[in-house]
Amino acid sequence: MADFVMPKLGPDMTSGILVAWHTKPGDRVKRGDVVAEIETDKGVIDVEVFSSGVLEKLVVQPGEKVPVGTVLATLREDGGITMPQASAAAAATTPLSTTPQVSPSQAAADLSKLRISPSARELARKLGVDPSRVQGTGPSGAITRDDIERAAKQPQKPAARGFDAVRMRQAIAAAMSRSKREIPHYYLSTTIDLGRALDWLTAANEKRLVTERLLPGVLLLKAVALALRDFPEMNGFWLDERFQASAAIHVGTAISLRQGGLIAPALHDTDKLSLDELMQKLREVVQRTRTGALRGSEFTDPTITVTSLGERGVEAVFPIIYPPQVAIVGFGKVGPRPWVVDSQVVARPLVTATLGADHRVSDGHRGGLFLAAIDRLLQEPGKL
Amino acid sequence: MTQDAIRDAVLRNLGKIAPEADLEHLQPAVSFRDQLDIDSMDFLNFVIALHKELGVAIPEKDYPKLATLRGCVEYLASATARSPA
Repeated sequence: MADFVMPKLGPDMTSGILVAWHTKPGDRVKRGDVVAEIETDKGVIDVEVFSSGVLEKLVVQPGEKVPVGTVLATLREDGGITMPQASAAAAATTPLSTTPQVSPSQAAADLSKLRISPSARELARKLGVDPSRVQGTGPSGAITRDDIERAAKQPQKPAARGFDAVRMRQAIAAAMSRSKREIPHYYLSTTIDLGRALDWLTAANEKRLVTERLLPGVLLLKAVALALRDFPEMNGFWLDERFQASAAIHVGTAISLRQGGLIAPALHDTDKLSLDELMQKLREVVQRTRTGALRGSEFTDPTITVTSLGERGVEAVFPIIYPPQVAIVGFGKVGPRPWVVDSQVVARPLVTATLGADHRVSDGHRGGLFLAAIDRLLQEPGKL
Repeated sequence: MTQDAIRDAVLRNLGKIAPEADLEHLQPAVSFRDQLDIDSMDFLNFVIALHKELGVAIPEKDYPKLATLRGCVEYLASATARSPA
């Protein structure tokens, strides 16, 4: 038997609402199948199962809000082998897999921060109202019994698919505040000549149908992923007061949403994908991000983040690490600038690459070598 | 293919890329990127959609010609006249 538990889909997620089941008891499911929709602080996310077998029992019903780590369903696994409820990367590297990062008592403590009287809280429990979703009208915004009764009479709106801009902003604020508070960042930057990489890309794209063309960003992602093989201290998580390196390299790529907000889903096994596979994966993930159809593992699995803001004209990015990750790479605008080649000043397409890294795990010396490795890889684009 | 039909195809496919965009008030000579906040991935998907719908080959070096509504209509009118879908 294995438990399918409420996953932790963000560093500050303490609880989630089960929106819908996509399966029923007796159904056969296989690893990677989307079995449920979970409403998180960033919106409604498809969540996959990480074992194959037969679903035995649905423990939590749609509409229920439960702490991270709560058993949502039980599964009878094929072959009787118990697998943890976690992605392969998390299972291989971190206690994200089997141990909920936030205990039920912590989640309860979060709810306890609400301004609500004990009697209103008890009423909310009886009427099945989630107090954290009720606007208080009492003194200093306290939630009253009347507020709860009013909320109970309102028709229950199913959570909309996609991302909630207000809650996403709150989630970003919480994660970034935590990062700035807890992570001793250091920053490095280097300028990289992309002449060879872009020449190679232009020549490669000339031979390709429009549906198969590559974007420059794919070369940057692949170079970062390959460089990480030699810099494990940039790839992993800070958990339980220590660094836990990840065996797998899942680069999270920051994708902005036009209505506001930002998501950095994982491109699984980035270093092992060919440029064509990576491009195809990136197109698919961008599309699913912008239509609110990401999967749970794409939220939880990034082992490092890459953010590119050059298209908006900025020359360099000074990125903030997304906890519990320990490093983030930023790329600025790619464009012609003066550069010295063979003692001559010439115009070359340059990009400024920056690294924000966690001083608890690495030092500037290693960070500098990491950026140099990315540069070196981009000088041989045919090998990416 | 008429310019109106091409314009409709361009706007329809832009709408798929940026569903929240106010396409009725799109300025014909200002870049989509500046008006709609689209990025290179959006633009590539837009070009792919036009290629599939209109059956025209669009080399990468011609992408700058597709940056505005007016540019798109002129380029695609010429391209469809050369190689009707």
